Amino acid sequence: MSFEFTIQNLKFKIAKAAVFAACLTPLYCLAYFAFTDNLGANPIEVITHWTGDATIIFLLITLAVTPLRKTTGWNDAVKFRRLLGLFAFFYACLHFMTYVWLDQFFDFRGIVKDVAKRPFITVGFASFILLIPLALTSTAAMVRRLGKRWQQLHRLVYFAAAGGVIHYWWLVKKDIRWPLAFGVVLALLLAFRAAVRWSARQPSRPFAAAAEKQ
Amino acid sequence: MLIKKPADIKSSAITSKELFLSRRGFLVQAAIAGAAVAGLAAPDFLLPSEVHAGEKLAKVQKSKLSIDEKQTPLKDITTYNNFYEFGTDKYSPAQYAKSLMPRPWTVAVEGEINKPKRYDIDELMKLAPLEERIYRMRCVEGWSMVIPWIGFPLNALIKRAEPTGKAKFVEFTTLLDPKQMPEQRSRMILDWPYIEGLRIDEANHPLAILGVGLYGETLPNQNGAPIRIVVPWKYGFKSIKSIVKIRFVEQQPMTTWMKAGPTEYGFYSNVNPEVDHPRWSQATERRIGEFLKRKTLPFNGYGDQVASLYSGMDLRKYF
Repeated sequence: MSFEFTIQNLKFKIAKAAVFAACLTPLYCLAYFAFTDNLGANPIEVITHWTGDATIIFLLITLAVTPLRKTTGWNDAVKFRRLLGLFAFFYACLHFMTYVWLDQFFDFRGIVKDVAKRPFITVGFASFILLIPLALTSTAAMVRRLGKRWQQLHRLVYFAAAGGVIHYWWLVKKDIRWPLAFGVVLALLLAFRAAVRWSARQPSRPFAAAAEKQ
Repeated sequence: MLIKKPADIKSSAITSKELFLSRRGFLVQAAIAGAAVAGLAAPDFLLPSEVHAGEKLAKVQKSKLSIDEKQTPLKDITTYNNFYEFGTDKYSPAQYAKSLMPRPWTVAVEGEINKPKRYDIDELMKLAPLEERIYRMRCVEGWSMVIPWIGFPLNALIKRAEPTGKAKFVEFTTLLDPKQMPEQRSRMILDWPYIEGLRIDEANHPLAILGVGLYGETLPNQNGAPIRIVVPWKYGFKSIKSIVKIRFVEQQPMTTWMKAGPTEYGFYSNVNPEVDHPRWSQATERRIGEFLKRKTLPFNGYGDQVASLYSGMDLRKYF
């Protein structure tokens, strides 16, 4: 990244600050509910669900960057990808901390039992673990150092997102409409990538050619 | 020319009471619209809620069967409900249950009995002296409350119905009317109408009541107006709400949750910390209003009174 002062640079910095502030929306909302006594009868449940929803939504937004770039040609979108991905990790951390601290109150024996015995918690926990190396290798230095392997490593996000949807799906009692909606969006985002790869292998390469032109 | 002095203008003419009361709702909805733009789902509990103005119930007796524990605030009891006919999240029933009309209302009592009858709700409420029953309520999801119900023993109605020898079970049915219960339009949620059941000896147990009120007033719609059952030693979903039919039968009824998840919800559904829900533990619960979880008690703490109903039964098998 260059530190030269240019109008272009300034514009980007402002845009980035705006996106950063917008990414905090779920947190503003939670603070607002807490402040106005609107967290309801079971505040811990609300915080758990809210941070969980935010995690999945930010994972999906992050995964939407590449399809957005390839379909609209807005290549600068990729400059926001790390920020969005780190916000997904941030909300995952809040979600995990809510569980460990507020819900289980550091009952580590109970937590280990839950993770081992409850499939929905096992999947959620595994997805959270998968995000950790991605967050750790998100710096520019790590991107350079890992080279090609960086992209391979970061494909783990597909599994983390799928795990997140399954985690949600398995926890609901009966009404699967929300996890289903998230699942459909994720499936579309992944299908887009599969389609691009598939068409890249075809002799005529209509899809990839269109993508490359941009 | 008539110029009104300020005192002549009623404050209600300036801003209607309704609008005034909904101002926060408006702000919240504006905030939700913002959040929706940001891609977040608007939680229903943020929408302005209508607090049910219950009617005071007179001549309510205290009961020795009440427990002496801190009661859950009325606000929590009336805004945190599972009543899927009005939405599957716990904040929806308080929002949408106003479409339910608890009057006029009748309850058909029928089946293997000598005295079948269609009761008018007001007649039914006079069937036996009303009592206050302060009970623990444990939801299958792992939270609990302490609720001061008002009602009378279910066995008072059973006695009047004169069950025949064939009446081995009692089946209860909730109202089926998608106009009043909007979620009934979708079969994706549950197979409506909601059906629950008890063994006749369970139904006859003095702890089992027909609930018609709470906190001294008639039931708010979201809590199952105008009449429901309360079976405090079983998970909350057994205590069926807004009942229109009570049928005495020979065979064990197929309940709504047994149909929805046969491996997860059994006919008995007694509160049991030893038998986990297949997907989560039932060993602990969060009492609404408390931070730390507490241990769940066998039969929700009513073991001394009800365990004998199940002597010799494998409660793991009959979950």
